[in-house]
Amino acid sequence: MNNPVVADLSGFLAPQAIARRRLYQHKGFIIGAIGLAIVLGMALFAPLLAPYDPYEQVLTRRLIPPFWHEDGTWLFPLGTDHLGRDYLSRILYGSRVSLAIGFVATIISAVIGGTLGMAAGYFGGRVDMVVSFMLSTRLSMPVVLVALCVVALVGGSLTVVISVLGCLLWDRFTVVLRAVTMRERSLDYVAAAKAIGCTDFRIIAREVFPNVFPAFVVIATLEMANAILLEAALSFLGLGVQPPLPSWGLMIAEAKEQMYFSPWIIAIPGCALFALVLSINLFGDGLRDVLSPEGRN
Amino acid sequence: MFAYTIKRIGLTLLVALTVSFISFLTLHLSGDLAQAMAGADAKAADVERIRQQYGLDRPLLVQYASWAAKALTGDFGESFYFRKPVTELLADRFPVTIALALSAIVFALGLAIPLGVAAAARPNSWIDRLCLSVSVVGQALPSFWFSLMLIIFFGVTLRWLPVSGSGSWQHYVMPAIALGYYATPALMRLTRAGMLEALDSDYIRTARAKGLRSYSIIFKHALRNAAIPIVAVSAVQFGFMLSGSVVIETVFAIRGIGHFAWEAISRSDFPVVQAIVLILAFVYVGLNLLADLLIAVLDPRLRTQVEAL
Amino acid sequence: MLTEPILHAEGLSVTIALGEGSLNAVRDVSLTLQRGETLGIVGESGCGKSLTSLALMGLLPKKAIRTARRLAYADCNLLTIKDEAMSDLRGNRMAMIFQEPMTSLNPVYTIGNQLTEVARRHQRLTKRQACERAIYLLEKVGISAAAERLNQFPHQLSGGLRQRVMIAMALMCSPDVLIADEPTTALDVTIQAQILNLLRELQRDLKMGMILITHDLGVVARVADRVAVMYAGEVVETGTTAEVFSRPLHPYTQGLLRCIPIPGKTEAGKPLGVMAGTVPSLLGEFVGCAFKNRCSYAMQSCSQRRIELVETERHAYRCLLPEATSSENYAREAR
Repeated sequence: MNNPVVADLSGFLAPQAIARRRLYQHKGFIIGAIGLAIVLGMALFAPLLAPYDPYEQVLTRRLIPPFWHEDGTWLFPLGTDHLGRDYLSRILYGSRVSLAIGFVATIISAVIGGTLGMAAGYFGGRVDMVVSFMLSTRLSMPVVLVALCVVALVGGSLTVVISVLGCLLWDRFTVVLRAVTMRERSLDYVAAAKAIGCTDFRIIAREVFPNVFPAFVVIATLEMANAILLEAALSFLGLGVQPPLPSWGLMIAEAKEQMYFSPWIIAIPGCALFALVLSINLFGDGLRDVLSPEGRN
Repeated sequence: MFAYTIKRIGLTLLVALTVSFISFLTLHLSGDLAQAMAGADAKAADVERIRQQYGLDRPLLVQYASWAAKALTGDFGESFYFRKPVTELLADRFPVTIALALSAIVFALGLAIPLGVAAAARPNSWIDRLCLSVSVVGQALPSFWFSLMLIIFFGVTLRWLPVSGSGSWQHYVMPAIALGYYATPALMRLTRAGMLEALDSDYIRTARAKGLRSYSIIFKHALRNAAIPIVAVSAVQFGFMLSGSVVIETVFAIRGIGHFAWEAISRSDFPVVQAIVLILAFVYVGLNLLADLLIAVLDPRLRTQVEAL
Repeated sequence: MLTEPILHAEGLSVTIALGEGSLNAVRDVSLTLQRGETLGIVGESGCGKSLTSLALMGLLPKKAIRTARRLAYADCNLLTIKDEAMSDLRGNRMAMIFQEPMTSLNPVYTIGNQLTEVARRHQRLTKRQACERAIYLLEKVGISAAAERLNQFPHQLSGGLRQRVMIAMALMCSPDVLIADEPTTALDVTIQAQILNLLRELQRDLKMGMILITHDLGVVARVADRVAVMYAGEVVETGTTAEVFSRPLHPYTQGLLRCIPIPGKTEAGKPLGVMAGTVPSLLGEFVGCAFKNRCSYAMQSCSQRRIELVETERHAYRCLLPEATSSENYAREAR
């Protein structure tokens, strides 16, 4: 008697547990998570880790190279900038700026984009038309230029930059949330909720939202990287965060004059930015591969 | 079909105008333009004079309507800073940005398509992993930093390329790379996905059964099918490059509209900014329309549907 | 006296490596095809008949591994041949048509382009010569307005027309062997008959050897000279069509034929034959007969070792039952 293929029920796991296990096996996700954790650590413990005050200018110790250079010293492990400020401290405090902007701007755009997307996906019809129009308008806007305009007029500060980025980067949220909500809307549990008389708002908030939440998280991580890069670009152009705030983008801008003679001075903040964005992207890609593959395109 | 096209074009116009109106509103609402133009320590009387001179005391809608009406006939007014017609100032700079964006998209495609095809031809091989790495790294590099590193490396250390200006074709090499690399990951993934799907299809099985050679199967049969979405996305990416060139142009000191826009913003030269935003919006929606048209042209299945209507 | 077969396979096996073990999809299949004859390979879905045909043409997917004691086209050893030489044979001396005409043609190129490229790849024809040949073949397969059709795209033709184009494409270089994998399954019943007649005609005309793969016994009866019945990756019975249909010796073939209502013979009101059970899993190693769990005559010895093909005069079958016993069983059940 040949053996029929018996369904092996012994390894049966709940979906969340399966997802978690797959996540931990995803190499990119692990690397990204570690990178993110490091930067988070830097941001949270900057006051403890930084050897000096990042704003303190001591002109006698300008442009000291990092420790691996022949003129470098362990007193200032990453050297000093053109105003004598310790680079290591500035990098550490700079992580706060990047992460703050990343988180808050992303939350703002998530709220805007998510609301618009879910409304469009759930209600369809006119609402969908209006949201699609708004989306086309937003996509046709030269984002960098508009951001530059606002900052130029209102003045550059952390709050302004965060608000502007938050109000501009909601498009991907809308697109994906709309698609995912449309899919959920057609499922039976929504019809069942309607049948027992739930209001639309309640259905969206209590029933649909938990199911589209994974998509949210995935897009949020990827948009965070976008926000950070955009802030760095704005600050680099002089129309973002203002000196003496230790934004990594601003540090690169300030160092542009010295870059030919002291290349480390732009290499270091650039590497920091690159490492942070890379970690976020790997983390987000891992999440997406496991939780929400439909967001891929 | 005709009605559909008219509707599409109408919608496009509406979107472009809305973009322009929103940027107009943003400019006017984020601060007092007259004050900005007069300067921080101008007297109130001077500010008032400027306000009246430029019609900034009229209701916003009126201001916008009158500007838009003139703009659609090609009259963008005069630059506050140069006192010359905006159209004239843009005329020299626009072609530079177009040339830059074109080189960038050519670079992006030149890298993305071969890598994507190679990755799809040998999935999970070293070249597939290389493509994945290029993709991941490309999306994490800040463009301005990448530009500076390119300058240090190719311009200063190796002295192969000039570091600023836009005189010769060599001047465009590094800027094109810096502007184009950001689009490469998306295009490469699209190529790879499209090729994988094509190579898995029934018509490729038929092509193999016909005994066609590998290069014919990959390039003639599969790529032609995979190319359709690539073309569409490239048109859109080209639009992004046109509107997002400000950073690259600033770093490489290229006199294009991106850099000009930045200068205008810093100088509160709003007619210029307004004009550039409107033009870019129109170009972007125009490119989207073009992308749709290209898809219809490249895919015979859509072509005959169109003809039949 | 047997002439040299145009296609000869001995001990052909296809294994597919899966996560949980390997799937023995085709197990030790032996076939021969003579010039000018039609061999029908019949069996239910999943019995391995399509994979067998792909294995013959060297078109298996990467995960599938082909092994054989012997595999030859005329005097060419297909086991040791290089990929390039194999692709020189495909489309040229050995051609294949598939089941889904709707998706088997490239949507972005014209019919003419796809037809002429075969001829230009394998023979040194000019564009004009290739077009002329294409028009000739399109007319031969019964497509009107052939010259205009050359500039049309696949989506502009119906399923039946597309399948005719596929046939014309296969014949561009006058192959010696044509393998047709369920060519009519996806088509309307009325078109089915037309296509089958067309294939038969063309085969006789061009003196090709044809392998027709199908799950439909009616098709086999109409078109094939010889038939091979496959079950669970093995050939369980083979012989001339007349022989196998009138005197099936393997219990599976008998079961299949019992399931078909025959006008005039099957009594009204009596239940149609049914075969209980399902095909066994092909994962991993297998001992004994694959059909034993569905066979009413299964014995102890059916599970003990591999059953070999028993050859009789015009017939071969893979069962431990002696010939006489088996035919008696069939005759008895049929009453």
